[in-house]
Amino acid sequence: MLGYTLRRVAGTIPVLFMVSLLIFALVQFAPGDPVDMLVSDEATEEVRLAIRAAWGLDQPVYVQYLTFLKNAVMGDFGQSFRYREPVMQLILERLPASLELAIYSTLLAVAIGLPLGVWAASRPNSIVDTVGSIGGFFGISLPNFWLGILLILLFAGTFNLLPSGGRETWGLNVERVTGFLTVDAIIAGRWDALWDSLRHLALPVVVLGTNMTGIIMQITRASVLENLQEDYVMTARAKGMSGRVVLWRHAFRNALIAVITIIGLEFGTLISGAIIVETVFSWPGIGYLLLQGISFRDFPLITGLVLVYTTLFVLINLAIDMIYTIVDPRIRMG
Amino acid sequence: MKSPKGAFSLAVIVLLLLAATFAPLIAPFDPNRQDLMLAMTPPQLTGPHFLGTDHVGRDMMSRIIYGSRVSLLIAVAVVLFSGVVGVTLGVVSGYYGGRVDSIVQKFLEVVWAFPPLLLAISIVAFLGQGLGILIVALASQRWIPYCRLARAEALSLREREFVSAARSLGATNARILRTHILPNLIQSALIVATFAMATAIIAESSLSFLGLGVPATTPTWGGMLSDARAYISTSWWMALFPGLCIFCTVLAINLLGDVLRTHLDPRLNRA
Repeated sequence: MLGYTLRRVAGTIPVLFMVSLLIFALVQFAPGDPVDMLVSDEATEEVRLAIRAAWGLDQPVYVQYLTFLKNAVMGDFGQSFRYREPVMQLILERLPASLELAIYSTLLAVAIGLPLGVWAASRPNSIVDTVGSIGGFFGISLPNFWLGILLILLFAGTFNLLPSGGRETWGLNVERVTGFLTVDAIIAGRWDALWDSLRHLALPVVVLGTNMTGIIMQITRASVLENLQEDYVMTARAKGMSGRVVLWRHAFRNALIAVITIIGLEFGTLISGAIIVETVFSWPGIGYLLLQGISFRDFPLITGLVLVYTTLFVLINLAIDMIYTIVDPRIRMG
Repeated sequence: MKSPKGAFSLAVIVLLLLAATFAPLIAPFDPNRQDLMLAMTPPQLTGPHFLGTDHVGRDMMSRIIYGSRVSLLIAVAVVLFSGVVGVTLGVVSGYYGGRVDSIVQKFLEVVWAFPPLLLAISIVAFLGQGLGILIVALASQRWIPYCRLARAEALSLREREFVSAARSLGATNARILRTHILPNLIQSALIVATFAMATAIIAESSLSFLGLGVPATTPTWGGMLSDARAYISTSWWMALFPGLCIFCTVLAINLLGDVLRTHLDPRLNRA
């Protein structure tokens, strides 16, 4: 197991290396001179040269890449052009907001998608199943930013029940410990702040979780159905086990493997979904930061964020693969 | 195509193709003509602005009709481009194997390491906005499903008797690929293409919504929704209609894909 784990971890290194090379190449091909973003239009040629030297832009391309790579490995993505702060610090400040949103969305999707999927599988072609499959088609066809706008229109506009954006009401002053506002509110014992965070989370979590709920439901249904047709299920039935026990203890357990994989794969969709949802709801996470970075052509910030996102994605998939081998030992042998 | 699914999807797609092709003839107004006196007119059942006007008084109906052009043009271009690249790489990779295969697979692994849409966003962010760049950006990861499919098919087909028979009769590799391998994977590639088109339309409208699509002077559904955000409390129609168009289009294409899958490839059917 240890050997396998180490081999898999080592396998991600060349991939991440190539990813960094690809991003660096994109920056090189970008039109325009980065110095233009750093100095005012009236700057003299000396000032421009000095800036160029200060940011290392006068070095040959391969030296720039090696410096970039060396720093990136240490978690240093340089200074943001716009904020004049280290990129890593900007990312770390906003990461908890994004994680909080992603975690609640995943929990919601699992909590709804999993039981619905099992339910549909236990009654194939019933009304529940048909409604579920139509819902699934609607779900994958619904652009999440439009769903977000519609929910804002209804719940923030017409009914005036929930806030239309942001993460907290200004002036609550809860002490930051973890950066997860719901957790911090509980630590501080501030129930008003907890309620406030949950109200802000409600709409973005629903929007981000909808797509994943549909996919989890479909995968659960398909794999439970597949398992229900296996011989061991018939054996269990023949032994006189009740339908419920067979469904949950046998078919569902084995179907979980497929569901775990899909949650890992969906994490990528969750990331790209979050970039859009954070923009719709002005949620102060790293997705919103990325969009701001793009509109100011803040190359170090964009580069840093893309690398952080991709590394996270690769690591999550690695973790899922590991969980997978624990749940299903057959994989390791292959 | 006798199912209600097929009928719905066919109707929407035909309507869309007509709207896109004959946009200048059926659009009641110039989609970019502003009239601030008429800004944010609500939908009128009998008036000239059937779906209302936006924040600078442009006719919503006309913009939606013209918007279908961008969505369809980009989706078709992306699907064709990624299909050609993916199938070619996949067939070559699977048929020749060895060095070629491992290079293609390594490249695929690197591109696949990016979360969906993020590579597209990065390409547009660094290289700038434009129709060509947008198509490349949206195709940047969409060739992969074709490539995987084509590689798997080519791998199994090259071992089949009719391929060895062709080879022993002196057929060149190029001829075998063209006459024996490619025709065998067209059907499956068509199914992949339908679903790729659905995601391409959502991705294009997402990028337009984020302000990363085609330049803002061209009306797009995603761009219209981006405008609608600021006026959401006063002008619901600005947010409702463009989104409804994206939703119906994507739904129709997804349903078409489902119908195609049932008819063309029974193996792919779910339990």
